[in-house]
Amino acid sequence: MSALSPIRPWSVIRHIVLIAGALVMLAPFIWMLSTASKPQTEIFSSDLHLIPYHFALWDNLCTAFEKANLWRFLLNGLIVTVAIFGLQVLIALPAAYALAKLRFLGRDVLFALVVFCILIPPQATAIPVFLLLHKLGVLDSYAALVLPFAISVFGIFLMRQFFKTVPDDLIDAARMDGISEFGIVWRVMLPTAIPAVTAFGIFSVVAHWNDYFWPLIVLNSEHLRTPPLAVAHFRNNEAGTNYGPLMAAAMVIIAPLVIAFLFAQRRFIEGITLTGIK
Amino acid sequence: MSEASTALGEMAIAPKAGARASRVRRTGRSPAGYALAGPAFALMLMMLIGPLAGVIALSFTDYQLGAPSFSWIGLANYQEMFADRVFWISLKNTLTYVAIVVPGAVALGLGTALLIQSGTSLQSWYRTIYFLPVMATLIAMAIVWEFMLHPQFGLVNGLLRLAGLQSHSWLQDRATALYALCVIGIWQAVGFNMVLFLAGIVSIPKQLYDAAEIDGAETAWSRFALVTWPMLGPVTLFVVVISAIRSFQVFDTVQVLTKGGPSKSSEVLIYTMYTESFEFFRSGYGAAVTVVFLGFVLLLTLVKSVLGGREVHYA
Repeated sequence: MSALSPIRPWSVIRHIVLIAGALVMLAPFIWMLSTASKPQTEIFSSDLHLIPYHFALWDNLCTAFEKANLWRFLLNGLIVTVAIFGLQVLIALPAAYALAKLRFLGRDVLFALVVFCILIPPQATAIPVFLLLHKLGVLDSYAALVLPFAISVFGIFLMRQFFKTVPDDLIDAARMDGISEFGIVWRVMLPTAIPAVTAFGIFSVVAHWNDYFWPLIVLNSEHLRTPPLAVAHFRNNEAGTNYGPLMAAAMVIIAPLVIAFLFAQRRFIEGITLTGIK
Repeated sequence: MSEASTALGEMAIAPKAGARASRVRRTGRSPAGYALAGPAFALMLMMLIGPLAGVIALSFTDYQLGAPSFSWIGLANYQEMFADRVFWISLKNTLTYVAIVVPGAVALGLGTALLIQSGTSLQSWYRTIYFLPVMATLIAMAIVWEFMLHPQFGLVNGLLRLAGLQSHSWLQDRATALYALCVIGIWQAVGFNMVLFLAGIVSIPKQLYDAAEIDGAETAWSRFALVTWPMLGPVTLFVVVISAIRSFQVFDTVQVLTKGGPSKSSEVLIYTMYTESFEFFRSGYGAAVTVVFLGFVLLLTLVKSVLGGREVHYA
């Protein structure tokens, strides 16, 4: 590919096309920032301008935080994503270790089941899981948001592949040292697997912070709303009237992940494309 | 702690200790295996395998949420579904969406990856920008798109007017609503596909390009046709299948922007499933729609494993 670099015109064309594409990709973000910074009168004008004459971002943010309890919704998002990831690690790591390093009857069947379950799309199980949560009486609660995702077959698969590469000698030595199998998972395997766990963590947090389908189904109460649900309700309540605050709210909702992404983009891209395996 | 165990690990290489340890592993370890994998197995049964069997079973019943009892009604749900005009519209719209978003997002993802990789400057800048839509909460961005497409005050129609063209109510017109959703779908998926293609391009051995040059492949196009494209075959298959599965799942944008309308013109499978099961509480019928969706997803997975003999590596 480096053979192309002496040809100057190509390099110019490359940048023109990529910048044009980048503008399309960024257009919604620019439009969001622009609208969130405009006062009402400028939003409802047919005169197209991106930079507001009167800068009203702060006012729009204040209105957004007044009209919707955004802090609460952000906190809900944090609670739910952290709880899901915590449980996923707690349940997937021991299973992954058992599948990678221990011999027991039915291990191969279990692993085959894990691989099979990766193929199940989350929408397919929604109705029965909803009915189950209904029976348990936990609909419309944090538990309803977290429980169905406590098991990540994908996490088990990923960590099992990683644990396969850990030398057996390390484990044998830990055993001779008197560490229990349970202890080995957390004191020997986990420290070797930090990069894989981080990538899985990013994958999990991004997926569940952005999830709309499941919270929409199981939630009723306003105080439990996750960020995507909150911004959708904001839009339904203010439809067609308050675009400034609505765009400000959208900005607030996407900010945590987008900022984290800009700071650690390599890790994020790695983590999110893990879904590739699915 | 890990350092200590590494040191111990080196000691354990001594054959005697190793042999003893592996004997221990073979005999006395099974209970631990069950204990460690048990919780995961139980949850898998409860949240995945059970519900999967459940949704298939439900599709043969007339169960309605909250009803005290239900009965087996055989294929009645399927008969009702196949006789329902809305189901066929929904299926047709879903297939149209897939047929537009998959080629669009795959071709643009590949094109972007090739362009980025064909030079050295600003590579990571472009990658970051194109990947941004993948990261950003789709619901929030869908609402931004809705305002961008606003008939009077939106950016898109504003630009059209500047160019002397007619403005249009994209999401409110039954002739364009589905296509507007396709555009949002492509916008969101390009960056994801681009990253998978970038990983594929980087892993192509440099010697192949040298060899192609010796064989007379001098233009960029012939290098692409002779080396890049064939080498990207497995990645492409993989990206196509992933994009298709994700497109079949389209829901967020439909639910918040069009509610399947106007007059069912953007009704898609998962949205039909959602309204039937969770708005009208017809769980049995919703389950039958889910089974159709599941059939398509499994079919795609099957295509992938039949065509893609060897495993695809990425990132």
